[in-house]
Amino acid sequence: MVTSTPPTNRIGLTMAEYKGAPSTLCDGCGHDAITAQIIKAFYELGKEPHMVAKLSGIGCSSKTPAYFLNRSHGFNSVHGRMPSVATGVSAANHTLSLIGVSGDGDTASIGLGQFCHLVRRNVPMIYIVENNGVYGLTKGQFSATADLGSKAKSGVINELPPIDLCGLAIELGCSFVGRSFAGDPKQLVALLKAAGSHKGTAVIDVISPCVTFNNHEGSTKAYKYAKEMETPLHELGYIPFFEQISVDYEPGSMQEVEMHDGSKIRLKKTERNYDPTNQTQAILTIKEAHDKKEFLTGLLYINEDKEDFSTIMNVGDAPLATLPQEITRPAKSVLEEIMAGLK
Amino acid sequence: MNTLAVGSKEKLEKGRVVNDFSIQVATVNGSGSQSSNSVLMRSIFQMGIPVSGKNLFPSNIAGLPTWFTIRVNKNGYVARKSDIEILIAMNPQTAIDDVKSLSTGAVCISPVELKLDAIRKDVLHYQVPFTELAAKASENLKLRKLLMNMLYVGVVAELLNIDHGQIENSISKQFEGKTKAIDLNLNAVKIGREWARENLKKEDPYFVEPMDKTQGKIIIDGNAACALGSLFAGVTVVTWYPITPSSSLCEQLIDYLKEYRIDKESGKASFAVIQAEDELAAIGMALGAGWAGARSMTSTSGPGISLMAEFAGYGYFTEIPTVVFDVQRVGPSTGMPTRTSQADLISAYTLSHGDTKHIVLLPGSIIECYEMAGEAFDLAEKFQTPIFVLTDLDLGMNNWMSDPFEYPTKPINRGKVMTAADIEKAGVFERYRDVDGDGIPYRTLPGTDHPQAAYFTRGSGHNEKAGYTEKPEDYLNLMNRLDKKFQTARKFVPAPVVSVEKGAKIGIIAYGSSDFAIVETRDQLKVANIPTSYLRVRALPFTDELRKFVESHDHVYVVEQNRDAQMRDLIRLELPDLAMKIRSVRHYDGLPIDAQFVTDAIMEQER
Repeated sequence: MVTSTPPTNRIGLTMAEYKGAPSTLCDGCGHDAITAQIIKAFYELGKEPHMVAKLSGIGCSSKTPAYFLNRSHGFNSVHGRMPSVATGVSAANHTLSLIGVSGDGDTASIGLGQFCHLVRRNVPMIYIVENNGVYGLTKGQFSATADLGSKAKSGVINELPPIDLCGLAIELGCSFVGRSFAGDPKQLVALLKAAGSHKGTAVIDVISPCVTFNNHEGSTKAYKYAKEMETPLHELGYIPFFEQISVDYEPGSMQEVEMHDGSKIRLKKTERNYDPTNQTQAILTIKEAHDKKEFLTGLLYINEDKEDFSTIMNVGDAPLATLPQEITRPAKSVLEEIMAGLK
Repeated sequence: MNTLAVGSKEKLEKGRVVNDFSIQVATVNGSGSQSSNSVLMRSIFQMGIPVSGKNLFPSNIAGLPTWFTIRVNKNGYVARKSDIEILIAMNPQTAIDDVKSLSTGAVCISPVELKLDAIRKDVLHYQVPFTELAAKASENLKLRKLLMNMLYVGVVAELLNIDHGQIENSISKQFEGKTKAIDLNLNAVKIGREWARENLKKEDPYFVEPMDKTQGKIIIDGNAACALGSLFAGVTVVTWYPITPSSSLCEQLIDYLKEYRIDKESGKASFAVIQAEDELAAIGMALGAGWAGARSMTSTSGPGISLMAEFAGYGYFTEIPTVVFDVQRVGPSTGMPTRTSQADLISAYTLSHGDTKHIVLLPGSIIECYEMAGEAFDLAEKFQTPIFVLTDLDLGMNNWMSDPFEYPTKPINRGKVMTAADIEKAGVFERYRDVDGDGIPYRTLPGTDHPQAAYFTRGSGHNEKAGYTEKPEDYLNLMNRLDKKFQTARKFVPAPVVSVEKGAKIGIIAYGSSDFAIVETRDQLKVANIPTSYLRVRALPFTDELRKFVESHDHVYVVEQNRDAQMRDLIRLELPDLAMKIRSVRHYDGLPIDAQFVTDAIMEQER
């Protein structure tokens, strides 16, 4: 009998060591497809699991951190409030890599305020919105990202316009914004890995069909609709800092974005000639896509120069969480000095 | 009632009242009177005489009436006193009402043009041409308005015989290093003083005379004391959202952190302060930070406490340390944001939905604000739970005399945190197992390099391994352990301060800022032959001393500053068999409780 040893990544861990508990979501749920790509991305990046913290709010999507990275601490918080928890975790220990998973209800409705402020602060983390346009756990009510005119399973037509979380994030100055589709694993994993190299908030809005409540004819978040309508802005490649490879390409056909850790994003252009470093173009493109009912995917915007939250906080290299008393408790002479000033 | 007023009896006998009176300054919010009032208070303090200062201000930045009361008391009573002996009526808007509220024989210092003498003939008036004098103090019109305040300091100083050297010291302290401001203000005081000397005939009985009762003491507000307690507790993550009356807690903490917690060489901070978008986010951040291992805190007032409810229950159920300061103000709703109250007791104690109960600390003095702030961080990590520290506007924002604070003697206690080596040694780590039998489990911090270190924190039902569960027995196990942990806390929270008076049949129970009044009340009752014992509650859950105290008295009065007798009700729930012995005295008009009120209320029921 031949036993084959499973392959390992650059830090000697197998893919299995990046997995979590078995999913309890519906068979075929888009979220499980995203979970698989998260596992793949972290495995391929060779991230140390114990240096990752997984966070979420409430909803089907927010359950998923239990299904990946078993060896990372997880924090399934309260509805719509994952951003504040992530901000606190980041402040306490900026050496951790944070990945947050949220849904369209969790982010675009109850948590919209916290989402905006997380982006505004540029808290370093990957923020994934598993976007299916409905509330799954409460059985199919529309969410705030459901498109105008989209039909619910019950036949009800959505009469309110959607909130575009990518457009909003860019408007708020988010330094990494991507949109993808749970049925496009190749693009999604590249985006996830690029987000993992980004120093700042990386928002990835992933259309993730709800097979139970929003996968029917007339829904704009259904597998069939998304597959037919997906229009990638570019072909996305990610080259990590630890395996630099050069490729030949026609001048002008490729855009390369260097990331702060030395990794590179390579974007093979389509006829659109889209430049994701241009904020105005990004906003304009999203607006036009809405008007034309296009489903654009890819890296919508990136700015590697923006200061992230931990830089602004001006903390030292060691995490605040484990600073010793010698550093956190000022000397007796300090108290004496303060007391003298109050006499 | 006369027999009870210790001060007024002396007044009648000797005709000269020394170091025992209240001065009230009525001005307009934003007129700059704050500095003058501080100088006046500090000058008396520096003469060795016990003082307390209370700022009664509106929810407004400029233009509305504000009152500052300085109580001078040789016995060291520092609670509010409702009777005012000396009024400085600088605000034309309120002058008529202000002078009408005085008792017969009180003193009124006022601008001459207000003609207040026509309103109250039975009050002793000193009328001062402030506008004219201000013209002498400065040519600048804007400055004249500000200096007007220093003119009354000069007039009062002359009338009461306040040492000029101490006024000079206080002004130097107030305007630290700003020579021009010091000279201008000092000059205004002199003008006021000289005018009074030449033009007023002293006809009132009030004087200050040097004592030695403030030697070594400091003057500070409760919010600053809480900030210092947090600083020396080694706080690392501070999250907050501005709200009166708690803002100055974090603002003063930020000043201290910037001064003392930035490494001189690297320029790097050993703290993070985040001004949140609201209180929901503030506590979310504090919990995230506490979970990741920081010593975290947030501070707020009633409306913020309401917003924090969901997360507070999350913190309790998932066992995450953090410290929440609640500087209470009058509610419900916006209520009276600049008035004091103790009405968040029950809401803080049970904050959230479901079976939730929190450890609550109740500092009753400035020193306790400092000490309990520090202790809260240790308790939060020891018990892995949010700790609520309840002060109030009176304690938090007013200036109080205090003994200087002592440097912590105990090392920082980070509680049951397992490192990778600990897990290796134990061979196992289960987040929610009661290993030691005290209800307190072990935790790990993210970043712990051990394959078994990670766990999943969830607000949903969880078993000892932090796994998801809806099994009845798992839920019961968890809830009962949380209760056991709470019972353990009884032995570790600050015990009450008990003062037993021999022969006393009745007891007083109070907490928080009511203590200042109770000290005085007990003396007043003693004069009326009603000796009392006193138990001051300093924390929830209650400790064993409470039952013993209630049992050993005929009945007890629970004195508090809320309408619904929240502490009395909690005590009745705690001691149902003794419920009939427990009576109530409540003061809830937004002003700090005063001793005479409590004394009268008890006398009424003792008749």
